[in-house]
Amino acid sequence: MSRQIPFSKRRLPTDKIFKISAMVAGSYVLVIIVLIVFQLSSESYPIWQREGLAFLTGSDWNAVEGRESFGAAPYILGTLVTASLAMIIGVPLSIGIAMFISQAPKYLSGPLSILIELLAAVPSIIYGLWGIFVFRQVMLDWVEYPLYEVFGDNVWIFSSAPFGLDIFSASVILAIMIIPTISAVSREIMIAVPQQQKEAAYMLGATKWEMFRLAVFPYAKTGLIGAAILGLGRAVGETMAVTMLIGNATGPSAFPQSLFQPGQTMSSIIANEFIEASPASLHLPALVGVGLILLLVAICINVVAHILVSRMLKVREGAINA
Amino acid sequence: MDGKQDDIENIGDDHLDSEKKYKMIAENVSVFYDDVEAVKNVTMKFKERSVTSLIGPSGCGKTTFLRCLNRMHDMTKNARVQGRILLDGEDLYAKDKDPIYHRRKVGMVFQKPNPFPTMSIYDNVAAGLRLNGVKDRRILDEIVEDSLKMAYVWDEVKNNLKKPAIELSGGQQQRLCIARALAIQPEVLLMDEPASALDPIATQKIEETITELAREFTIIIVTHNMQQAVRVSDYTAFMYLGDLIEFNETKKIFTQPKNELTSKYVKGQFG
Ligand SMILES: Nc1ncnc2c1ncn2[C@@H]1O[C@H](COP(=O)(O)OP(=O)(O)O)[C@@H](O)[C@H]1O
Ligand SMILES: [Mg+2]
Repeated sequence: MSRQIPFSKRRLPTDKIFKISAMVAGSYVLVIIVLIVFQLSSESYPIWQREGLAFLTGSDWNAVEGRESFGAAPYILGTLVTASLAMIIGVPLSIGIAMFISQAPKYLSGPLSILIELLAAVPSIIYGLWGIFVFRQVMLDWVEYPLYEVFGDNVWIFSSAPFGLDIFSASVILAIMIIPTISAVSREIMIAVPQQQKEAAYMLGATKWEMFRLAVFPYAKTGLIGAAILGLGRAVGETMAVTMLIGNATGPSAFPQSLFQPGQTMSSIIANEFIEASPASLHLPALVGVGLILLLVAICINVVAHILVSRMLKVREGAINA
Repeated sequence: MDGKQDDIENIGDDHLDSEKKYKMIAENVSVFYDDVEAVKNVTMKFKERSVTSLIGPSGCGKTTFLRCLNRMHDMTKNARVQGRILLDGEDLYAKDKDPIYHRRKVGMVFQKPNPFPTMSIYDNVAAGLRLNGVKDRRILDEIVEDSLKMAYVWDEVKNNLKKPAIELSGGQQQRLCIARALAIQPEVLLMDEPASALDPIATQKIEETITELAREFTIIIVTHNMQQAVRVSDYTAFMYLGDLIEFNETKKIFTQPKNELTSKYVKGQFG
């Protein structure tokens, strides 16, 4: 009765070939990253040799030959400030969007998810152009001037006369740009919370909001933090729109003091200056050095985010039933 | 299905517990998933302080029917419920009624234990109380203890109430879930195969719990274990392909079923 199935002997070698090619592909990624870090390190070596750790803490930015002096602190801070502000604005909005989409009926949630994903597909330069020609004026008239007039004298973060191309505008644009990432990942994570958990909350008489508080947020906490950090990764690296909107101050004046003052981030200073930087001087090594710092920060952020997101998706498998 | 309606009318009228009132009545309840009718025009009455088992082959609509009784289907996007469900004479599905109001009175225990994994044992039981605005620590302590005692799990957990709930065994988790449901003092308790994921000892404990609880609550339990139905329930309903085939005192369903299908099923000839 039973038929002899002619298993091919080629199965084992194919497996091996697959394994090897997967390993090659995997290590390729690692090799690229190591190479980039190595390249950035060696190209920026002169600046580390000259400034040492003062490159991280100094604020001079003088490319005049003979009087060269470079410090990246204002740009490091600029990146941290814009990215944090973008998170403060973007994360709650994204979580709200994700909550809404995860609860909405299909005819709403489908189109909405697509729209949100389209936001992510808009090229950065388009955000920049829109920012300069439309958004800047709106921010000036409706947000920055009113805040300046009311709080300008007393609250230092609102203290300088608004200009529109400043840290605040750049941060808000960044917030808009990270919303698609955070809300899409958060939605996945909220949907991954087992239905039985949600029903347990409803069974106790929870409203929708209470259901989120009782069943979704505690269960999904790590994952949601991971989603936010993924957004942070994007905010830290984002260049084009920020460069166009942040006002591009250099040197000590780029130290973020007021939200309404022009600033500079690590990525925007590189975008602004790499063309004019002479490879013979310390200017180029200084920019490459900024790039190295940026890359290391971005790698750390992404590693942490991925660990958190994948841990969350593992919790889903194991936590409920012992 | 011959004689079906008769059995339903007869229940309780001239049989045991005839002085007890009906706590819950399901009238002509049908449930559709998209366009598929999973529960077909089921009418059943549940006496207060009694245990009713729903039995039948898997996929026959037991869970679907049970979930109507506290409007759990509201959350299922493709489900639609028809008919009336009365709790003490009030229609659960009345337009002006907030489902939340009724869900508090109709507790539910699910097939798989589903404690809140990040919460301690104590917080799991207290969750429903806190949700309903109870803040006083003394009252919380008291009700948490009472509920865990009622669910027969107090002795096993009383010394580590702060422990995460997921560190309990499956059977303890399920009894914890019963305690969580009891803490908000429901009037009806729905249980969907509460012991199907448990070992025999845990199952026995759950059954003892059910028997005890029936002194105070109206209990409706889905089970695929016929011995369990015999052990714990006063009434048994047999469902098949979405129809309610026969509903009667448990003893009668198992010793003198009126319907051919019921008879075959309880003898283990299919299912
Ligand atoms: N969410 C759903 N969507 C579509 N069909 C469903 C859904 N839930 C259950 N069903 C179907 O409804 C029928 C009854 O299911 P269920 O009530 O779970 O049966 P039981 O609990 O008796 O095993 C089955 O055919 C099942 O496939
Ligand atoms: Mg079922």
